[in-house]
Amino acid sequence: MTAPQRSAGAAIEIRKASKHYGAFTALKDIDLHIRPGEFMTLLGPSGSGKTTTLNLIAGFTDISSGALEIGGKSVTGLPSHKRNIGVVFQHYALFPHMTVGKNVAYPLSLRGIKGDDREKRVRRALDMVKMADFAHRYPNELSGGQQQRVALARALVFDPPLLLMDEPLGALDKKLREWLQLEIKRIHRELGTTFVYVTHDQEEALVLSDRIAVFNGGRIEQIGTGRELYDNPATLFVGRFIGESTVLRGVAEASGDNTIVTISGQKILAHGRLAGDARPVILLRPERVALKRPGVDAITGENRLTGTVAEAIYLGSGSKYEVRLADGTTAVARSPLGAVDFAIGDTVDIAFLPSDLILLPDDASADVTLT
Amino acid sequence: MPSFSRILLGLFCLLVAILLLAPTLVVIPMSFNGNKSLAFPPVGFSWQWYENFFSNPDWTTSFTNSLIVALIVAVVATVIGTLAAFGVTRAAARTGGLLRALLITPMVVPGVVLAIGIYAVYLDAHLVGTVTGFVLAHTMLAIPFVLIAVQASLEVFDRRLETAASSLGAGRLTVFRTVTLPLILPGVLSGALFAFITSFDEIIVALFITSPYLKTLPVQIYSSITRDADPTVAAVGTLLFIATSLIIIAGLLLGMRRGRT
Repeated sequence: MTAPQRSAGAAIEIRKASKHYGAFTALKDIDLHIRPGEFMTLLGPSGSGKTTTLNLIAGFTDISSGALEIGGKSVTGLPSHKRNIGVVFQHYALFPHMTVGKNVAYPLSLRGIKGDDREKRVRRALDMVKMADFAHRYPNELSGGQQQRVALARALVFDPPLLLMDEPLGALDKKLREWLQLEIKRIHRELGTTFVYVTHDQEEALVLSDRIAVFNGGRIEQIGTGRELYDNPATLFVGRFIGESTVLRGVAEASGDNTIVTISGQKILAHGRLAGDARPVILLRPERVALKRPGVDAITGENRLTGTVAEAIYLGSGSKYEVRLADGTTAVARSPLGAVDFAIGDTVDIAFLPSDLILLPDDASADVTLT
Repeated sequence: MPSFSRILLGLFCLLVAILLLAPTLVVIPMSFNGNKSLAFPPVGFSWQWYENFFSNPDWTTSFTNSLIVALIVAVVATVIGTLAAFGVTRAAARTGGLLRALLITPMVVPGVVLAIGIYAVYLDAHLVGTVTGFVLAHTMLAIPFVLIAVQASLEVFDRRLETAASSLGAGRLTVFRTVTLPLILPGVLSGALFAFITSFDEIIVALFITSPYLKTLPVQIYSSITRDADPTVAAVGTLLFIATSLIIIAGLLLGMRRGRT
C-alpha cells in the first residue's frame, strides 16, 4: 500500500533555548539541530527536559529565551494550531465521540479538504497503519496498540513536514512495542518526514533513530548516532544510560600519555588522559570484558582485576556474568557461546585491553537511578 | 431463595417509596372529581377540570407565561453557568473554590430572604410583573444548578484532547465547538433541564414579583387554591406529573443507549 504523499521533512534549529517554570528551570541553554527527514530521538530519564523540548517544538509551551526555527522560519509566538506539525501522544488522545474515520478526517476538515479527496486520504492513511477495516469503530472499541496506530494515521494524514511523538509506545506491552517500532521505522522511511521521538527507553532509541540526543537535568549531554553514543560516550551519564556498563573507580595518576588507575592494589592501564583536573573513571562494556581463571591465558598488555562470580545467567546466545570485585563493585561481562563456563562462587579475573575501556570524567549526577 | 432479611429490606424500601409517592398519587384521582371540592376520596368522575384548564384564560396564560420564562431562563442560565463552570474548573484551585462558593450562594440563601431583596430592588427598577424581571430572578436561581452539572462533566473531561485538537490545526473556538462541547454536552443538557425546572416551578420569588398582569403557573395554582377549592389545581398537577415523568424516562432511555455504545 502506498502511504500519504512523500513530503520533504522540515529542519529544526534550536539555539540557546531555555524554559523556566517559575523558579524551576526545565531546560538550560540547549542547542539542537535536526536535519530534514531525520529520525531524531530525545532520550533521557523523566524530568530531564526531553518532553519540554518536544512541547516547545509543538507550540504547547513558549520558550523563555533562545531561538526556535522550523523549516527555516522562526516559530516563536506561533500557536500550535498554526504550526502544521503532527503530534502523537502517549495517551493516544483520540476523540472518543468520533469514529476512527472521523478522527482521521478531522485535521483534513479543518484544512477545508472535503468529499472524495478527504475520503481517499483517510483511507490511505488508515491503510498505512493497517487499520482500514476499523474506520467505523469507536476508539473505546480498540486495543491500545490499535488506538495508537489510528493516532499515528491522524497525525500524518495532512502530510505534515514534521511528526512529534511523545513516548507513543509507553503504555503498550513489550511484544506490541517491538512490532510497532518496526512499523514506525518503515513509515518514516516511506514518508521522508522529519520524526522527533521522545523516550526514556534506550533500546527503543537505538532501534529507531538516525541520531539520539541524550538529555540530563535540563541539558543535552551528547548528540550522536547510537554507535557513537555507545562506543564514544562524551560523559559518564551517557555511557551509563546507553547500554550496559561497569564503572570502575580508583586512584588515578598520569603516566606520559596514559593514565594508571589503581583499584584495590591492582593497576589498570588506560590509553590517553583527561584534560583538566577531572577525576577519571573507567567505563567497561560487557562484551569487551573476558572472564578468565586467575593467572591463566594472559595476553600482553591486558588489564586484570580479581573477583568472585556473583551471578551467572544463561542467555541462549551466550552467558552473562556479574562479578563482585575486591572493592565491592559489580562488573558485568558477557561471553559468547562456547566460552568457558563459570559457576557462582568461582574466583575469576575480569580481563580487558587498554583500548577496550573508556576513560571518562567522574560525574556524581550519573549515579542517579537509571530506568 | 432470598433470605428473610432480604425480603424484609425489600418491603421496607417499598414502604418508603409509597410514602414518597403518595402525596403525588393522591392528586390524580382528585383531578377527576365530580364535585367542586378538593376532598379525598373524590366523589363521581368527570373531565371538567381538565376542560377548565385548557379553556380558562387565567390558566392558559399563566401556563404560557411560565413556559416562556422557563425557556428563556434555561437558555440564558445554561450559557452563563457553562462559562462560569469553565472559569471555576480552570482557575487556580483556591480561586476556583472561592468563586464556586460564591456562585452557589443563591442555592444556599433562604428563598424568602432572596425574594425580599429582589422585590425591593425591582420596585425601584420597575421590574415587578415583567417577563424581564422573572427571567433575571430565575436565571440567578438556576445558574448554580447549571454550574454544578457542567462542572461535573468538565472534571472528567480529558483536557489533553484539546491539546491534540490544537496540534491537528484547530483554533480555540473550533476546539470548543468540535471537541469540548460535544463531550460535556450531557452535563450541559442536564444543566439546562435543571434550569428549566427551577424556573418553571419556582413560587417564593414569583409570589413577590408577580402582578395581576403577569402570573406564572405556580402563582396561579397558589392563588386559585387559596381563593376557592378548585380541583383544576389537581388536573394541572396531574398533567405536570405526567410531563416530568415522560422527560425523565426519555432521559433514562437516552442514557442507557449512550451507555451501550
